[in-house]
Amino acid sequence: MTQLSSATRQENGGSGATEPGVDQSGRKKLTFGEGGLAFVFAVMTLVCITVASRAQDPGYAFHAYLSALASVAAVFVILNRYVERPAALPPLEIAGKPNYNMGPVKFATVAAMFWGIAGFTVGVIIAFQLAFPWLNFDLPWTAFGRLRPLHTSAVIFAFGGNVLIGTSFYVVQRTSRARLAGELAPWFVVLGYNFFIVIAGTGYLLGITQSKEYAEPEWYADLWLTVVWVTYLLVFLATLWRRKEPHIYVANWFYLAFIVTIAMLHLGNNASLPVSVFSPKSYIVWSGVQDAMVQWWYGHNAVGFFLTAGFLAIMYYFIPKRADRPVYSYRLSIIHFWALIFLYIWAGPHHLHYTALPDWAQTLGMTFSIMLWMPSWGGMINGLMTLSGAWDKLRTDPVIRMMVVSVAFYGMSTFEGPMMSVKAVNSLSHYTDWTIGHVHSGALGWVAYISFGAIYCLVPWLWNKRELYSLRLVNWHFWISTLGIVFYISAMWVAGILQGLMWRAYTSLGFLEYSFIETVEAMHPFYIIRAVGGVLFLLGALLMAFNLYMTIRQPDAVEADTGARAPSLVPAE
Amino acid sequence: MNETYRALAEFAQTWGLVYFVAIFLCVLAYALNPRRKGEFDEAARLPLSED
Repeated sequence: MTQLSSATRQENGGSGATEPGVDQSGRKKLTFGEGGLAFVFAVMTLVCITVASRAQDPGYAFHAYLSALASVAAVFVILNRYVERPAALPPLEIAGKPNYNMGPVKFATVAAMFWGIAGFTVGVIIAFQLAFPWLNFDLPWTAFGRLRPLHTSAVIFAFGGNVLIGTSFYVVQRTSRARLAGELAPWFVVLGYNFFIVIAGTGYLLGITQSKEYAEPEWYADLWLTVVWVTYLLVFLATLWRRKEPHIYVANWFYLAFIVTIAMLHLGNNASLPVSVFSPKSYIVWSGVQDAMVQWWYGHNAVGFFLTAGFLAIMYYFIPKRADRPVYSYRLSIIHFWALIFLYIWAGPHHLHYTALPDWAQTLGMTFSIMLWMPSWGGMINGLMTLSGAWDKLRTDPVIRMMVVSVAFYGMSTFEGPMMSVKAVNSLSHYTDWTIGHVHSGALGWVAYISFGAIYCLVPWLWNKRELYSLRLVNWHFWISTLGIVFYISAMWVAGILQGLMWRAYTSLGFLEYSFIETVEAMHPFYIIRAVGGVLFLLGALLMAFNLYMTIRQPDAVEADTGARAPSLVPAE
Repeated sequence: MNETYRALAEFAQTWGLVYFVAIFLCVLAYALNPRRKGEFDEAARLPLSED
């Protein structure tokens, strides 16, 4: 470390004194960011304690105390980090090579695995609750209605979000050949985001929710996420700004579209007024069908920009990298990008077919959904064909196989989605388990598999290991969880179509043929098959966690091939 | 209210279409321009050629 800091001082020559973090005589001093952030968190502590003491709801008081505790911890960590660090801040380059900042990426990767397993477990629990309702235990905290948003948020925002933040920080550094912008900012993003997850998740269990699907957290959690997300955008942009590579690689475009659009959606769908600063309750400014439209403009684009654009960025970096092949067609990737982001944003109304929403808006949503076939399949073809010339790797490398199957699932679910958005099909599929099956073929098959593939690639790179602990275990993971997905989606297809047909069946006298409870009873066997599928998927993820743990415990790779990666060269993480 | 709504909806449904088609043509022109082939071929290898 001393070597590093003296090296920087030499490089900077006499002007080294103006470096942030070092004063005139070369001694260590607090940077503006360190002092400012510590001060802000100190003020936050006082604000949170004041709010907690007057909170109108015990759950809200708990969150205020938790925030106060986190603020105190933040002040301590920032100051402790200052005391521990060498005088000079980490250099942007060491011996002409970028000095990548991989600490936040490592944290996000571990957090993703942790939240993934937590989210899959809650998913399995609620799947069994649907098959065996006594598992709700008649307690408010364990009721399906509270656990279900816990599951969706844990898998989408906690697992998926950490994968996206981690990989985006990795990819933007590597493809820009530049160190991540900011020293505290990237840590603020990953830690702040995970704190948001904790507030959101515990809130659901305590009954704090604004009841908007995928946007359940209340106003104070939303405000915090806004601050974190804007910082995320700034870190990403500032890293691109200092890039050494003239061209901005296509994966970064997708990440940027994801970050910008999620910011816009989050602000639009959470435009709510709190009852009081001492209450968790708030009211949205939109009303009636406008609120419904804004909600599904948000909801569908959470799928389009969070679960699609972000993970397509992963596809465009990790598949070429792992297959050691260039992107099949870079031109296609540009057309794919612009067509996808132009079309996706209009598809939301297909969630509101046959409602009070104006008919033309419903038709517009359907039309744009159908047009989405083109960019979706263009992207899928681009991802799959990147393997041309390296198809044999499908046989030998289970990580590549996982990513390729994920792209195939992407193709399948983006075919199914537009089909279900057609009003005639939607009249059968809507409100049935077909929708759940569709969502999970996308979520388990596409999003989770491309994430697993990326994490299997990332862990050896980040922790400086030659390869994974066991490729055979990856193979087991792949087959067990693929079997789980097949159980899951086929059970839900059958259940959904059966349900839809039973609901619309009439007798010869024009009465409904089945009572609602009869349709519920008919679902029972499929719910059990679905839950078994979920258990298999969870088992696969547990194998993965074990494999990654053993990979990290392996001895480091030899120095020779590590120079560029060398997260160990990064001082004071 | 109704007039404003109709005017806005009509504007969005006609000029919005024209705008999107025009933008998409620009994207196509950018992506398919033969002069950029070299740049894009290089970009396609970007993940592989890092240090």
